[in-house]
Amino acid sequence: MTSSKTNDRILLAVFSVLVLAGPIILAPFGAGYPDLLQKFAIYGIFAIGFNILFGLTGYLSFGHAAFLGVGSYAAVWMFKLLSMNVIPAIVFAVIVGGLFSLLIGYISLRRSGIYFSILTLAFAQMSYNLAYSVLTPITNGETGLQVTLDDPRILDGGAAGQPFSNLFGLNMIETTEVSILGMAVQFNAGFYVCAAILIGCFYISLRLFRSPFGMMLKAVKSNQNRMSYTGLNTRPYTLAAFVISGMFAGLAGGLLAAMDPLAGAERMQWTASGEVVLMTILGGAGTLLGPVLGAGLIKYFENIFSAINEGVLMDFWSFLPETLQHAVVSVSSLFVGEGWHLTLGLIFMVIVTFLPGGLIEGASRLGRLVTNRGKGENGAARPAPAPAE
Amino acid sequence: MANFTISRRGLLKTSAVAGAGLAAPMVWRRPAYAYTNEPTGSSVILGFNVPQTGAYADEGADELRAYELAVEHLNGGGDGGMLATFSSKALSGAGVNGKKVEFVTGDTQTKSDAARASAKRMIERDGASMITGGSSSGVAVAVQGLCQEMGVIFMAGLTHSNDTTGKDKKANGFRHFFNAYMSGAALAPVLKSNYGSDRKAYHLTADYTWGWTQEESIAAATEALGWQTVEKVRTPLGAGDFSQYLTPVLNSGADVLILNHYGRDMVNSLTQAVQFGLKGKQVNGKNFEIVVPLYSRLMAQGAGEAVKGIYGSTNWHWSLQDEGSKAFVKSFGQKYGFPPSQAAHTCYVQALLYADAAQRAGSFNPCDIVAALEGFEFDGMGNGPTLYRAEDHQCFKDVLVVRGKENPTSQFDLLEVVDVTPAEQVTYAPDHPMFAGGELGQCNPGA
Amino acid sequence: MDAILLQILNGLDKGSAYAMIALGLTLIFGTLGVVNFAHGALFMLGAFCAVSIDKLFSMEMVALSATETTAWGTPLEIRTLYVEAWFGDFGQWLNEWSVLVSILLAIPFMLLVGLVMERGLIRHFYKRPHADQILVTFGLAIVLQEIIKAFFGANPIPQPAPDALSGMADFGAAVGMQAGAVVYPMWRLVYFLFAAAVIGAVFSFLQFTTFGMVVRAGMADRETVGLLGINIDRRFTMMFGLAACVAGLAGVMYTPILSPDYHLGMDFLVLSFVVVVVGGMGSLPGAVAAGFLLGILQSFASMNEVKQLLPGIDQIIIYLVAVVILLTRPRGLLGRKGVMEA
Repeated sequence: MTSSKTNDRILLAVFSVLVLAGPIILAPFGAGYPDLLQKFAIYGIFAIGFNILFGLTGYLSFGHAAFLGVGSYAAVWMFKLLSMNVIPAIVFAVIVGGLFSLLIGYISLRRSGIYFSILTLAFAQMSYNLAYSVLTPITNGETGLQVTLDDPRILDGGAAGQPFSNLFGLNMIETTEVSILGMAVQFNAGFYVCAAILIGCFYISLRLFRSPFGMMLKAVKSNQNRMSYTGLNTRPYTLAAFVISGMFAGLAGGLLAAMDPLAGAERMQWTASGEVVLMTILGGAGTLLGPVLGAGLIKYFENIFSAINEGVLMDFWSFLPETLQHAVVSVSSLFVGEGWHLTLGLIFMVIVTFLPGGLIEGASRLGRLVTNRGKGENGAARPAPAPAE
Repeated sequence: MANFTISRRGLLKTSAVAGAGLAAPMVWRRPAYAYTNEPTGSSVILGFNVPQTGAYADEGADELRAYELAVEHLNGGGDGGMLATFSSKALSGAGVNGKKVEFVTGDTQTKSDAARASAKRMIERDGASMITGGSSSGVAVAVQGLCQEMGVIFMAGLTHSNDTTGKDKKANGFRHFFNAYMSGAALAPVLKSNYGSDRKAYHLTADYTWGWTQEESIAAATEALGWQTVEKVRTPLGAGDFSQYLTPVLNSGADVLILNHYGRDMVNSLTQAVQFGLKGKQVNGKNFEIVVPLYSRLMAQGAGEAVKGIYGSTNWHWSLQDEGSKAFVKSFGQKYGFPPSQAAHTCYVQALLYADAAQRAGSFNPCDIVAALEGFEFDGMGNGPTLYRAEDHQCFKDVLVVRGKENPTSQFDLLEVVDVTPAEQVTYAPDHPMFAGGELGQCNPGA
Repeated sequence: MDAILLQILNGLDKGSAYAMIALGLTLIFGTLGVVNFAHGALFMLGAFCAVSIDKLFSMEMVALSATETTAWGTPLEIRTLYVEAWFGDFGQWLNEWSVLVSILLAIPFMLLVGLVMERGLIRHFYKRPHADQILVTFGLAIVLQEIIKAFFGANPIPQPAPDALSGMADFGAAVGMQAGAVVYPMWRLVYFLFAAAVIGAVFSFLQFTTFGMVVRAGMADRETVGLLGINIDRRFTMMFGLAACVAGLAGVMYTPILSPDYHLGMDFLVLSFVVVVVGGMGSLPGAVAAGFLLGILQSFASMNEVKQLLPGIDQIIIYLVAVVILLTRPRGLLGRKGVMEA
């Protein structure tokens, strides 16, 4: 037991260091700018929360984006009415996310399997459709809810000028640029707020996985009938897991709004719900680190691969002779820029076909390979991810 | 409860802290800068944010082509396109302010979230001084708000909602494209002369902000003609099959159907309306007519035969015969082999207008550029004499009324221009009720 | 009354598309136990079979005009149809009826696509969790639609129905009502009849052939059928091909109603899953019944009178019905116990 506890501590420590050093690590990959770093952390939180439900209980919710969406709306409304400080916004987002998921979870968990999935999907799609159209007075529909100059903001009073979300005066978009080894590294206040919360969430999820409650949820996943036969009512447990993951989603939504005060209805669309499912499975459902990795991979593709145009490719392949360069560029341009979806689809297929456990399985296979090859050497540069199952 | 009683002093303190936070100088990037993304090297970077996936991907691709052409012309390549016909002669093809023009691209996915993320990447990572592009009003408003916050200029692409330069206008944002009010004002006289003043109109409207502003504008314009509005029906975005909304039209007694749809919705609702026999049907002793207030040639292509004889308005069309349009169509056609769309045109012009303003101001500082563009009058860009109005950053120019061509000579020759409504007729007061509610604010140079 | 009848007709014709897609989805699920997120993409591929055939028959010979030029200075192109030049009137007929002709292409093509998909990919996922099946088929769907986008672009491509079938049919007069009271587009009636024929064919195939009987037995108890020495896997592979065919045919015939673009499949994907689940997982009659039911309800919810009463109801009716049905009937309309509940 003690050794597994130590392992967990090491895992948490390494995770924290990697997250906090994110701006430095990711800068060489072109992903070290504030917005994407924030997105990595926020969608990491979203996926961690989703994994508490799906990874532990096996209940596949197809409507989690709804909780993210209401979290965002809740946060922006706090910005509009109360103050540009992010604390009340985030707290309110978590509460609203929790309440909304309690309502939907209470109804949806009366069914299981695909019937449960479709119920959650139906609720999320209804929320999306209504937010886009009829509920526009509350959601500002297609454009998305934004803060404006003439919002009341009763706590900030009449502070003039452009409103920026802040943490007691520290603006979320404040960034300091430092040159490290010739690289421009951007340290952004908002990212560190997200990172701190991500580490906190990771810790919570770690404790949950190890707790008796977590064991109970895993038991639900492996055989719900047997649980019922022992006279145990599993509903309160699954509902608790559903609400916790809904609160994580609300938190993620609140953070999205805190980093960039805008809440759009598309955040609730089924594609957004599907995205978090894909993130979790891609990374490795039921593992601790997997969902965060999956979230990172998908967001990286969405933001970096989509921005590669022919000019960039020309530079990239410039070491080739010119005729070959043009050929290579025209082939590779199918997979980037407007073709980034294609690459993403191929990656889904390849990973799920060859690595059934997701990225985490890939990493652990790689780890095993390294440790087997160089027996005596220190192959534990990356801690073996704690298998949850 | 005692803990929550806030003393006056306590409240003052909190507000002061919060106030200090808001007033604190923005150190968001290299503090030495005078404004966000001041180009310090030998080049200036423009950010082209267009839809590359989703329903507007083809329109986005056309916008990108136009931008690449504009960059080529700005840097002295190609035949110079509209630079030769543009009334302002500040640009010489030697870049802008002595700097070579470079660009980065991104995918808006036609979602406000994704568009903002993409614009942020171009500003934060790539150092873009200006963001431009887009194919829907939701995205334009969202990105315009972002550019205002971050202190760069936003030159809107295709956005037709009144809100972009109405209640959501921003000092750092500019729109060259026309808007829903102008569509209504331009269409009304043509509708009157062709369909008379005793008509009953039935609106099908895409159920989101753009659809609503257009419905409001068109209904106001047609009711001023004496038309009756029978029904205004909202349809969900992306409904695909609109038949369930079309069947009630058949027996409603209306004799004009107005489709406030754009993009795929317009393609589908129009083809299906024709399928339901609405074109050529006899009601109240008159021919039933369909009107599509906002036309796009790319979309007309998707609707095929159905567009024949249908009236609508458009910002620009490649068959125009003024010098500016001819020059643009020539250089675009020679480079890509087909004529540009109106989206391509507005994007090309916006890129040139930005470059010209920077050149005239001698600076890339957003505030200098705002000053240079406000109240700027120009010509030779395909729409006749045009004014960038200072009060709301909207361009005022002639609006084209077009009709689906009966006998197209090629797959691009789908629309014919039936009327050019002069700018005066579509001009409105800056505080017109359809545009009221927002304030422009101050230009924000960031940093 | 006229309005109600029109909405019913409309619901039936909407429902036929839902029913056909849901039928294929249920076939795959019921036989192979695979959750196929690429099913929408199969519908889309079918639609693009029609587009390709139409493109083929609309290919033109290009001659450059000696005198006239385009607006951008290149010589004007004069175009004539190849098929017309080669086959004369028959060519013109081909061009006109390309949608129906493309059914002939779509059947073998979709069958092939289905078989290749099952043998090459899906087969490896029978024993894997449903989550993995979702991920791999979703990935496949994206790849398929991106390939279509690379060839055909993102804009919708119009597909005219044959002239003879593109007018309005006076449905009211045909059932003895006043002429002109209930008129409905001919092609949509054709679509409904077509769907009825396809659905009928699938059911009679399963009901009246030995092959179908074995498949039904396999659906009920795969192991026992296997123990009897019957190669049930091969039959199930055929069923996958058949399901792909049904989806593809639904797509081919749908093109004159909705100009297809590469994203068409995704739009139908979620909806078709809702239909299948409302019908009850694994139940073929359930899928068909739910398809028509949801089509009709959607049609009624869009009537102005209903919308005035409940604004926005037409946007959510399908999902609302799904929720109500699943809460009152745990396994959908006609679902079996124990299917996909774990």
